[in-house]
Amino acid sequence: MSEFDSLYREVILDHYKNPRGHGVIEGADASAEGQNPLCGDEVAIYVALGEDGETIDEVKFSGRGCAISQAATSMLTEMVQGRKAHDIATMPRDDLLEEIGIPLTPIRLKCALLGLGVLKVALHKAKGTPLPDEWAGLADELDFGTN
Amino acid sequence: MAVTPQLKLDAPKLRADFPIFEQLIHGKPLAFLDSAVTAQKPRQVLDAVRNFYETSYANVHRGVYTLSERATEAYEGARSTVARFLNASSSREIVFTRSATESLNLVAYAWALWNLRPGDVVVVTELDHHSNFVPWQFMARKTGATLRMIPVDDSGELDFSELEAFAADGNVKLVAAGLVSNSLGTINPIEHLASWAHDQGALMVVDAAQAAPHRRIDVQTLGADFLALSAHKLCGPTSVGALWARRELLEEMEPFNLGGHMIRKVSYEETTWGDVPGKFEAGTQPSAEAVGFGAAIEYLEAVGMESIEQHEQELAAYALDRLAEIPGITLYGPPAERRAGIVSFNVDGIHPHDVSQVLDWEGIAIRAGHHCCQPLMRKLGVTATNRASFYLYTVPDEIDRLVDGLVKVKEKLG
Repeated sequence: MSEFDSLYREVILDHYKNPRGHGVIEGADASAEGQNPLCGDEVAIYVALGEDGETIDEVKFSGRGCAISQAATSMLTEMVQGRKAHDIATMPRDDLLEEIGIPLTPIRLKCALLGLGVLKVALHKAKGTPLPDEWAGLADELDFGTN
Repeated sequence: MAVTPQLKLDAPKLRADFPIFEQLIHGKPLAFLDSAVTAQKPRQVLDAVRNFYETSYANVHRGVYTLSERATEAYEGARSTVARFLNASSSREIVFTRSATESLNLVAYAWALWNLRPGDVVVVTELDHHSNFVPWQFMARKTGATLRMIPVDDSGELDFSELEAFAADGNVKLVAAGLVSNSLGTINPIEHLASWAHDQGALMVVDAAQAAPHRRIDVQTLGADFLALSAHKLCGPTSVGALWARRELLEEMEPFNLGGHMIRKVSYEETTWGDVPGKFEAGTQPSAEAVGFGAAIEYLEAVGMESIEQHEQELAAYALDRLAEIPGITLYGPPAERRAGIVSFNVDGIHPHDVSQVLDWEGIAIRAGHHCCQPLMRKLGVTATNRASFYLYTVPDEIDRLVDGLVKVKEKLG
């Protein structure tokens, strides 16, 4: 497999060109926005919760980014649909990385994880879900980025 | 005075001085088109640093033994080389720092913090690197001074139409601008801006990090009061830069870093400062790096600054022509005759990260990002651009490879 095909897998290109969950939820139950200070890419995440206040009914995202960040965030919106907010707050990043399934350098890893980090921050802000240290740094960055 | 004929630079021959080009990247020869971020190093510089460590290394300005004297002589020799490179009237006007960023912070902390007050105006530009923007924004906020920004026009050049309005906002005390934009390559008319600044009674800070590697600078005619540069962008080592300032300013200013070497006399009650530039060089200095800085300048001077400038201008003109052949490419910045060897562009619908990722597999290194110029990116209506930048070792074939690579990027991701 060429280097191109191993990174830009067909599924990645499909999510990039036809992102799922792209858009805005007006009056979202949880939301956050952030940027990758390395490249200036921005992503905003919106979550609508079910009547139990726990189940993720819908997730949408907006913003600009590279194929990896857009595809990863698109895949994320599919992954978390119907799951509990608390589960997502504690979901290890490897769950998403396995789903993405491509070799990522440390720099591209930041692209791939931006959406998940912003989602965790959104849930933390709205629901007080735990935000482990690994993501707390991102929350600081996001706060800085959105000031 | 005899006119020296301008010799055309022989880039393929100069490339042989740079060991980095001896390797393959992803099986392809390296096309390093990111010299605006940092330049590669010739053997002459690497050898000078190694030779210093092997034969002359000790701390400078400390011992009276042979090695310390040799080290001090090499370090002060490098200072004289920087002074000559900038046509400074004295090597005492050259302060060694860690980087151009530190040089600008030195001015911010040792001059601006002590001299700005409410009612004062600090003028910056929309084109500048964060390193010549954030310190002034921070110091304006800290001192209560007003920050004003010179906008860029659609061709990426400074628009001076609001200067008089800035003057009406208060007492203009400091004007900060880059000589060459790292993002668009725009060559700014610093002489004009400095003359306006001086008419207001303000001081002119010039970030020359992106200019010094590529064109001759004469601080006696430029009109700057402070000028910052770094070594790593001009084929020298990392972690060393310089601040040039008019001597009387350095004499008046308070110190920046406090500690060893920068003192005259220390007692429990009081400390007095040493002479300039030592007053600003606390602690163990990057002496080997400074020696490499001097060697890099000598290397550039042997090639000829005018030849380097002409070579890069030809490459920029060639790149702009070739890139314009590709449908769906947006080019940013001024026409070739008013820019340095930097070309910023976007490929319609394809993020710069992805462009640069695919090019890397072709052995081509370009920059993708905001280039530490977020205010400018906002003005351009983008979050990031691609940037190809050239230096004395760049050959037209690398630009052809860039164009072929971009065609491939469009096929794969367009």
